[in-house]
Amino acid sequence: MNSYEVDVVVIGGGSAGLAAAIVVQKAGLDVLILERDKELGGITLQCIHNGFGLHEFEEELTGPEYVQRFINQVKEMNIPYKLDTMVIEFTPEKTVYAVNSEEGVLEVKTKAIILAMGCREKTRGAINMPGFRPAGIYTAGQAQRFVNIEGYLPGRSYVILGSGDIGMIMARRLTWEGCQVKAVVEILPYVSGLIRNQVQCLEDYGIPLITSYTVTKIHGVDRLKGLTISKVDRNFDRVIGSEKFIECDTLLLSVGLIPENELTREAGAKISEMGGPVIDNNLETTIEGVFACGNVLQVHDLVDLVTAEARRAGLNAIEYVKERYSKEIGKKTHIKCNAGENVKYIKPDLINKANLSNDIIFTFRVKRPDRRIQIQFKDENNKVLYKKKRRYVIPSEMIELKLNLNELKIDSKCKNIEVEVIPRPEALIEED
Amino acid sequence: MIYDVIIIGGGVTGCSIARTFSKYDLKICVLEKEAEIASGTTKANSGVVHAGHAAPREYIKRHLCIKGNSLYTQAVEELNFPFKRIGSFVVALEDDQIKKLDEERKKGIEDGIPDLELILDKDTILNMEPNLTNDVVGVLHAPSAGIVSPYELTFALAENAALNGVKFFRNHEVIKIKHQEYIFTVGTNRGDIQGKNLINAAGLYASQISKMLGLDYFSILPRKGEYIIFDRNALQLNKVLFPMATKVSKGILVCPTLHGNTFIGPNAQNITDREDLSTTTAGLKEILEGGKKLVPNLPLRSPIRNFAGLRAVPDTYDFIIDNTDVYGFINVAGILSPGLTATFAIAEKVVDYLELLGLELKIRDDYNPIRPKPDRFKDFTKEELNIKIHEDPTWGRIICRCETIPEREIIDAIHAPVGAKTVDGIKFRCRPGMGRCQGGFCRPRVIEILARELGLKYEEITKRGEDTNILIGKTKDIALRDILGGTNQE
Repeated sequence: MNSYEVDVVVIGGGSAGLAAAIVVQKAGLDVLILERDKELGGITLQCIHNGFGLHEFEEELTGPEYVQRFINQVKEMNIPYKLDTMVIEFTPEKTVYAVNSEEGVLEVKTKAIILAMGCREKTRGAINMPGFRPAGIYTAGQAQRFVNIEGYLPGRSYVILGSGDIGMIMARRLTWEGCQVKAVVEILPYVSGLIRNQVQCLEDYGIPLITSYTVTKIHGVDRLKGLTISKVDRNFDRVIGSEKFIECDTLLLSVGLIPENELTREAGAKISEMGGPVIDNNLETTIEGVFACGNVLQVHDLVDLVTAEARRAGLNAIEYVKERYSKEIGKKTHIKCNAGENVKYIKPDLINKANLSNDIIFTFRVKRPDRRIQIQFKDENNKVLYKKKRRYVIPSEMIELKLNLNELKIDSKCKNIEVEVIPRPEALIEED
Repeated sequence: MIYDVIIIGGGVTGCSIARTFSKYDLKICVLEKEAEIASGTTKANSGVVHAGHAAPREYIKRHLCIKGNSLYTQAVEELNFPFKRIGSFVVALEDDQIKKLDEERKKGIEDGIPDLELILDKDTILNMEPNLTNDVVGVLHAPSAGIVSPYELTFALAENAALNGVKFFRNHEVIKIKHQEYIFTVGTNRGDIQGKNLINAAGLYASQISKMLGLDYFSILPRKGEYIIFDRNALQLNKVLFPMATKVSKGILVCPTLHGNTFIGPNAQNITDREDLSTTTAGLKEILEGGKKLVPNLPLRSPIRNFAGLRAVPDTYDFIIDNTDVYGFINVAGILSPGLTATFAIAEKVVDYLELLGLELKIRDDYNPIRPKPDRFKDFTKEELNIKIHEDPTWGRIICRCETIPEREIIDAIHAPVGAKTVDGIKFRCRPGMGRCQGGFCRPRVIEILARELGLKYEEITKRGEDTNILIGKTKDIALRDILGGTNQE
């Protein structure tokens, strides 16, 4: 068995893994990227639309252009990477096992691991969609791969279920290929992806967006022949009598993404309810020396934010390897962060009390859109630690706040804080 | 060419009969209307090998089930399909149900079911199956019950039968049958096939086949059963869990699979359309509610697929295994639960019938009962894997991430006897697409491998046969075709 020793292993050579590896190598540590596909770049490679890089490079790039800049840097810096290499296991002692067809089974002993495996799409089964199971039903990302990478079309006339970003982008992409997109159907009363995609991908091409509807029947035994869609009420129960039939030969699902954490789970790390690992403010999982970034941690809106988060994971891994704070391991005490009113989840899940003097980056999403709200952090005694006004919040936009809890004078006994997004008191509404 | 035995239907029943006959020096073929074998009832059922205490004594299926269960031990040794005797619980939630379970136990023991026991101590029960509801008052424990992968069993049977000379004709749908001078001429969509004996194992279509020979004495109606399968890491059960049976079915069970998943189902809905494999909102709700009665902490957030199967329900309620008035024509119909358990006993019975009719059964000199265990990535240690990959690099190229399936297993599935021709054929043989991403990542690569190995174009690859193509063509070809009109040949 081929055996290696490096300072840091990065699992996944997509946008997150590349940015993390670059930071680590720049600090003079040995890093190794393990990528299961045949090339570096990850899913960003199949995102051939533009809109990438506005934060990172202050210019608008396509997905492949964006990620190529990082690939080029990895190559210029001679950062070692292995392609077609699938990690099959990593242990809490930080031995990584992987396979590829040239070397067989590889064993890599390392001091820190950065998880950057990305996410996968929710399928028809995951949302319990009933009906026949004909050919012609794909996830939006799978269709994107067929069209953009393989150069094949999965069908001619489409309905897209779910107004996630990939779904809307595929609606436009397929229209460009001469296909007919009959509708984008969304179960929520509002679009679930970014507003700019609603405008640029649907409205500009006259593709109907049907909200508060979902697919309730799939027609066709062999190939998809059409769909019945029904209106849903507030509890997402279908409204009898509202059924409409749409003829189509292909259904694309854009109904959500799930962080890909099978390896993480098998290694024994705690996984939070949204599917990402439980992490502290250093992006460290519950296994010491194992860090997570990008969509394996939480699903991001923009790749630029993935890059930024990956750099933080890289910097924390460097600190860990250089043993600046690892000595404190074992006596780590944590403050738990909880999602309160109208908050779907919050990262980090835990704050290491030893790091309270550092700035902490909180990221979270709301459950439903709201206007004229106040974001509020409270401790367990309901003492308000921090509040901030915001004109509006929507679930498709991740909220990021950089705070210093020391400045907030958090009680030294505090074990729990909660973040909530609540209506602003009447008196403050005038300010907008 | 005149076959000695023609078997209509490539499900578990047909393949089991074919494999049992393949021991003898006979010319045998199997006709299957679908692109893959194991495509009907075999593909979508609970995969439970029953102990045999459920059916009443006056039914032949009770006795074939008990016998069939015991025959699994030898069959697994020879055929190496996934099977485990994990035992089953019939769960009583009310005190007054215990009496009925005890009666079942007594009769079962008298009929030779091994080790049947009634357990009334709640701690003992919950220790054996910690996920079971706290409302349990007693269980009938049948240690001889087990779980099997019904399609992998069928592939094993077919592979072994093919190895011993049985011919499999897929995509052959029987349209008409003539019987003249002791020869059956079976007309299919791809021409006539002749044989001296004909076995009808056509599942949901068995009564139509029988009618083609003028034998209209039973009917088969489809009864739909819906299922939900959960992700591998979501819940691990030790036992097959049945509620108390009702008149129409054994009820909604909660059951582990051999690949580490848990499923719930089936419900029971009588329908008329033999192709209606659709699931319904109401049906999925029904099985979720039924499943929760046995296991309250079902992992509702982790379903990976729902599907439906159709039972072939005979109007006689019992199996129809008849040496008919047409000389050499055997009906094997209405094989619903516990047909999978009984399958080896059913096959033996059919062989006995033809022997009675004078078919000469001489064991082949070269008969090999062994179907070697397929090599599986997951079964190897890291050291073994390392050696395997150095011998053959396709072991190191992982195609399916969720189930960790390398290219080698897919190539083997294609080139096995009666090998895979479709994406679903690959999925049921070696699992790419069975996992949590449902083929989201691996499907393009499975298509690439199928196309390469079978010498087909990407757009010719289907999900499960005719009219189920996955891709319609190259984007730019289609665009050109639209502009130029007609077909564009590069």
